[in-house]
Amino acid sequence: MSLDTRQDGGKRNLPPVVVTSPTQEDREALGPVGRTRAFLHREEITAYLMMLPILLLVIGLMAYPFLLAVWWSLTDKLIGGEGRFIGWRNFVELPGSSIFRQTVRNAVIYSVVAVALKTLLGVVLALALNQITWLRNFLRGILLLPWVIPTALSCLVWLWMFNDLFGVLNYILRVTGISQEGYLWLASPNLALFSVILVNVWRGTPFFGIGILGGLQTIPQELYEAAAIDGAGAWRRFLHVTLPHLQSVLAVVTLFSTIWTFFDFEVVYIITRGGPMNSTHLFATLAYQTGLVAGKVGEAVAIALYLFPVLAVMIYLQLLYLRRMEV
Amino acid sequence: MARLMGGGGLNRQAYTLAAYLVLIPFLLFNLFPFVWIAITSIKPNQDLYDTTQSPFALSRITLEHYQFLFTKIAFPVWLRNSVVVSLAATGISLVVGILSGYSLARLRFRGSTWMATGIFVTYLVPPALMFIPLAHVVRALGLGNSLLALIVTYPTFLVPFCSWMLMGYFKTIPKEIEECAMIDGCGRIQTLIRIVLPVSVPGLLSAGIFAFTLSWNEFLYALVFIQTEARKTVPVGVVGQLVLGDVFFWGPLMAAALLGSLPVVMVYMFFQRYFVAGLTAGAVKG
Repeated sequence: MSLDTRQDGGKRNLPPVVVTSPTQEDREALGPVGRTRAFLHREEITAYLMMLPILLLVIGLMAYPFLLAVWWSLTDKLIGGEGRFIGWRNFVELPGSSIFRQTVRNAVIYSVVAVALKTLLGVVLALALNQITWLRNFLRGILLLPWVIPTALSCLVWLWMFNDLFGVLNYILRVTGISQEGYLWLASPNLALFSVILVNVWRGTPFFGIGILGGLQTIPQELYEAAAIDGAGAWRRFLHVTLPHLQSVLAVVTLFSTIWTFFDFEVVYIITRGGPMNSTHLFATLAYQTGLVAGKVGEAVAIALYLFPVLAVMIYLQLLYLRRMEV
Repeated sequence: MARLMGGGGLNRQAYTLAAYLVLIPFLLFNLFPFVWIAITSIKPNQDLYDTTQSPFALSRITLEHYQFLFTKIAFPVWLRNSVVVSLAATGISLVVGILSGYSLARLRFRGSTWMATGIFVTYLVPPALMFIPLAHVVRALGLGNSLLALIVTYPTFLVPFCSWMLMGYFKTIPKEIEECAMIDGCGRIQTLIRIVLPVSVPGLLSAGIFAFTLSWNEFLYALVFIQTEARKTVPVGVVGQLVLGDVFFWGPLMAAALLGSLPVVMVYMFFQRYFVAGLTAGAVKG
């Protein structure tokens, strides 16, 4: 018995007795140690078989294309051609291109501003939804709609609303007296960048709101009651009870959103095509234009991969953080 | 019951009132584009491009934009393609996700920890990094310019999510019910199908609905992998109409935006609870 316990040390998840297969007698002949081993072995094979589809998918359609991209980024491959190995040249030459520098600047502004706004609005939205009871599920439901429908289609309605002449936004500006001529939303570089950020925030805020709401609902009520008894006002309760508990949710939600926002494609592709004067190009749209429109595949994958180290570090930090939370 | 802001009595009522007031601008901002899609899609062209009247005015309504979609362009075909691709990709992703999620949650095998980590990491890799080499792989597999190209590639972003989510769900099921089945002579797979899956329906619904929505909304791969008009999905087909010329057919475009969003909105309305559960699992626990 003591031997059994020792053998089972650290493997407490195993069912204690296994009498499953027709070879029961053979197993009994193996003794307790052998039985455990035989079981483990069988279970391991089952596990690998069940993991096979996902491994094939990840290796064949993610790892392999990724390595292919890394290889191409070191060549001068054109569309349909083979390409010569040119070492780091794509990566070294990219910062010399003004479009690329502009894209880096756009992407940083786009993601920092959009993620900050989405976080702020998401927290406000979640606090408000958490406070109410009447109509709560209904409101949560319809407020999430911008995140549910296809981005490509919602970008179309924004493009229509931004229209200089017939767009509703300029109409509202006119009748409220804010601007008689209206704005050229997509024609001036700064305003165009603002416009695509606005669309991204519109689409992404519900995701933050619902995620943060989920986090809020896990905070024990007693903490608020205790803080209230200690004389803490609403702001202090938010600062010392709510925010610390939201840390992990906020970290995960902002990480996801930063990656998605940074590599956003649809909003810019549909609304501005990267213009005017490349003032709204992001990495994905520039890679698309360079690789599939201009046909310079090597350079395009180098653009897409340029900030991969940053992405990798972010994912790594995230994993560390999650692991610390689990402990 | 003191909620977030705590306090009681009058104070609490004041906070609740404030919360409703705060939600009003959110409602306006979040929902106005939907109102605008609806209004535009039923307004005749003469009124759409008439600057002398308010764009909010709806003096006449018409269904001509919807007729246009079904008679002048391939919209019905795109709808069918979207349905086929989304259902197939969701089905494949669920099966693969169930198998891997279950073995990661329940079975002990060497490498399980780093495989789980690896799946999480692949979930974070943005499609923008992959579309150029994937286009090559798809062509090399002989799937270029076909719906299969999408059915095969969509699982790359659906499966990591599904298996991560289902792994979390399977872990919450008590082991004892499985052990009973196995003592009764069921193998692993049989136990999974007969015992585990029936009690996992909520988790499967969350993962499935989420996967369906992501497939339906996908744009970049469909844009890059498909060239033939008759094989496009709704988002790419509709946007493609826009670049055909300098003329923007805003009426039909908005009608298409409405009809193209309807399937996911309906799915979402019926299964909101599961959708939110999926979103929270993917975002918060993931």
